[in-house]
Amino acid sequence: MLPQIARRLVATIPVMGVVAIAVFALLHVTPGDPAVIIAGDYATAEDIAKIRAKLGLDQPFLTQVTIWLGRIVRGDLGTSIYSGLPVATLIGQRAEATIALTLFAMIISVSVAVPLGVLAAWRKGSLVDRAVMVFAVSGFSMPTFWLGFVLVYVFAVSFHWLPVQGFQPIERGAWPFLRHLILPAVTLSLVYMALIARMTRASMLGVLNEDYIRTAFAKGLAPRWVLVRHALKNASLPIVTIIGIGFALLIGGAVVTESVFALPGLGRLTVDAIIRRDYPVIQGVILVVSGVYVLINLVVDLLYVVLDPRIRY
Amino acid sequence: MSSSTHVLGADVPGPPPPITAAPEAIAERLSAGARVARFVRRQPTLVLGVAVLAIIVIGGAFAPAWWTGDPLEMRPAERLTGPAPGHWFGTDNFGRDVYTRTIYGTRVSLIVGATVAIASLVLGTTLGLVIGFYRRLDAVMMRVMDGLMAIPAILLALALMALMKASVRNVIVALVIPEIPRVIRVVRASVLSLREHTMVEGARALGARTPRILARYMLPALVAPLIVQATYICASAILFEAYLSFLGAGTPPHIPSWGNIMAEGKTYVQLAFWIILFPGLFLALTVLAVNLVGDGLRETLDVR
Repeated sequence: MLPQIARRLVATIPVMGVVAIAVFALLHVTPGDPAVIIAGDYATAEDIAKIRAKLGLDQPFLTQVTIWLGRIVRGDLGTSIYSGLPVATLIGQRAEATIALTLFAMIISVSVAVPLGVLAAWRKGSLVDRAVMVFAVSGFSMPTFWLGFVLVYVFAVSFHWLPVQGFQPIERGAWPFLRHLILPAVTLSLVYMALIARMTRASMLGVLNEDYIRTAFAKGLAPRWVLVRHALKNASLPIVTIIGIGFALLIGGAVVTESVFALPGLGRLTVDAIIRRDYPVIQGVILVVSGVYVLINLVVDLLYVVLDPRIRY
Repeated sequence: MSSSTHVLGADVPGPPPPITAAPEAIAERLSAGARVARFVRRQPTLVLGVAVLAIIVIGGAFAPAWWTGDPLEMRPAERLTGPAPGHWFGTDNFGRDVYTRTIYGTRVSLIVGATVAIASLVLGTTLGLVIGFYRRLDAVMMRVMDGLMAIPAILLALALMALMKASVRNVIVALVIPEIPRVIRVVRASVLSLREHTMVEGARALGARTPRILARYMLPALVAPLIVQATYICASAILFEAYLSFLGAGTPPHIPSWGNIMAEGKTYVQLAFWIILFPGLFLALTVLAVNLVGDGLRETLDVR
C-alpha cells in the first residue's frame, strides 16, 4: 500500500506543475499590460513600475516562470500587494472558516444524499423515486447564493431561530460555532447533495439488477442488509468518485456562500483580492485550493483499492 | 490519389447513411396532432423544458412589450417600496422598478449562456479531435488538461475577471476558458474509441486522409453527446454569470443582470427581500429549464 501511495503522490506533481504554470501564465495571456490593470485606474507611472518590478514582470518570461516555480517549491506564495503580508499567512488566517464550512456541508450532503439515492433506486418508479429525481434536478439548478438569502430570510429574519450572518471560531464553544454554520452549510450542501443523490441512484440501479442481489433477497436476508452490504458496497465506486469530483463545486459554492453569510474564509479573501486586484493573493488561493482538490481525488483513487480489492495500481 | 481510386473503381465512401425511422413507424399513419401528443407523452421532460425556456426567451427578447418601463430610471421618492400594482416586484434602493430590471436581465443571462455553450463547443471540439487523433500530442495535452481541470471553474473565471475589464464579452471569455478542457475530454474519449472502429480502418485503407476521417467519420458520431454537453454548459454558464456579477466581478453594474440586481439587493435583505427574491426565482427557473432540456435530450438522443 505504501509504495502505491508514494507512486500516486509523485503522479500529482506534473498536475500541480500545470496548475502553477497556468495560474502564472494567466497574467500574460490576458489582454493588456497586467501591471497597469493591477495598479488600477488612478495609478501613476511610478506605481505601475513598482508593481512591475515587484511581480518580476520586467524580466523575460522564462526567467519569471523559473523564479515562480522555485518559490512555490520552497512554499513561498509571495506577498499581498494590498496588505504587504505573506500570502501563506493570509490563507492560514482564513482557512478555518472555509474548512469548517465545506466539511460541514460535505457531511450533511453525504448523509442525506446516499440514503435518498439508495431508497430511490430500490423503489424505482415510485413516488419516492420521482420526488428524489425532482429534488436532484431542481437542487442542481438552484443558485447557491439565492438559496442562502431565502434561508436567511425565513430562519433568521422571520423566525429569529438562527443568526443572519457571521462566524464564531470553535474556541468560543461548539454551539455558537455550529449555530453560525448551520445555514451556510445547508445552503452550500444542496447542489452537492443533488449530484450525489443522482449518482447513488444511477449506480444502485445498475447493481440491483445483478444476480447476487436476487440471490441475497431470495435467501431471505433483510432488505436493509442487502441494500447496504451487498448493493451499496458494490455501487460505491462511482459515488466516491463523484464525491471527489464534486468537491470543485463545493469550493466554488463556498466562495459565494461566504459572501452571503459574511464568513471570513478563503472565498471572501479571494473576492476582496479581486476587487483590489491583489493578484498574488488570487494566485495563492487558486494554488492551495487546486492542491487540496488534487489531494482529495488522490484519496478517492486510493479508496478504490479499499472498496474493490481487485483494483491495483 | 485520384488515379488510385479510379483503379479501385470507387471514390472513398462516406459514412453509412443514418437510420431515419423504424419500418413500423413509417407504416403507422398518424395525424399531426396525434404525433405531437405522442411526443409529449414520451418526452415530458424535454417538452416541459423547451416550453418554459421558450417563454423565457420570448420574455427577454421582447422585454419592452411586457408592460415594463425604463430599467435604469431612478425614482428616489419610490425607493424600497414593496410589490404593489405599478411595481409588481417592488422597487430597489434607487427606486428602480425590479420587475422591469428582472425582465431585461433575462437578456444578459441568455446571451451569456448561449454564447459560452457554442464557443466552448466549437473550440473544444476542434482541439479535442486533433488531440485525440495524434497519439504523441495526446499524452502531453491530457496532463495539461488534468492540471487545468484541477482549478475550480469559478476560481479560474474570477481570476480571469480580475485581469480584464468588466464587460459582457469578457465574462463570456472568462467562462469559456474553464469549459474548454471539459469539452476536449468528452471529444477525446469518443475519438479514442472510434479510432479503432472498422469504418475508420476501412476509410483509411481506401486512402482517406486524417482531416477527412475527422470531419466525415468522427464528427457525426459526436453530434449527439456534444448537443447534450452544450445544454449543461449553457446552464452552468447562466449560473456562473450570476455568481460573478453577484460577487462584483461580472457584468458591469450599468447593465441590468440578475446577478447585479441581487448584488445591489444584498444590503437590504431584511428590509426589501423582493429585490433578491424575484430575480433569483427567474434565474433558478431558467437554469432548471435548460437542465430539463439537457436531460430530455440525453434521453431522446440516447447518450450514454
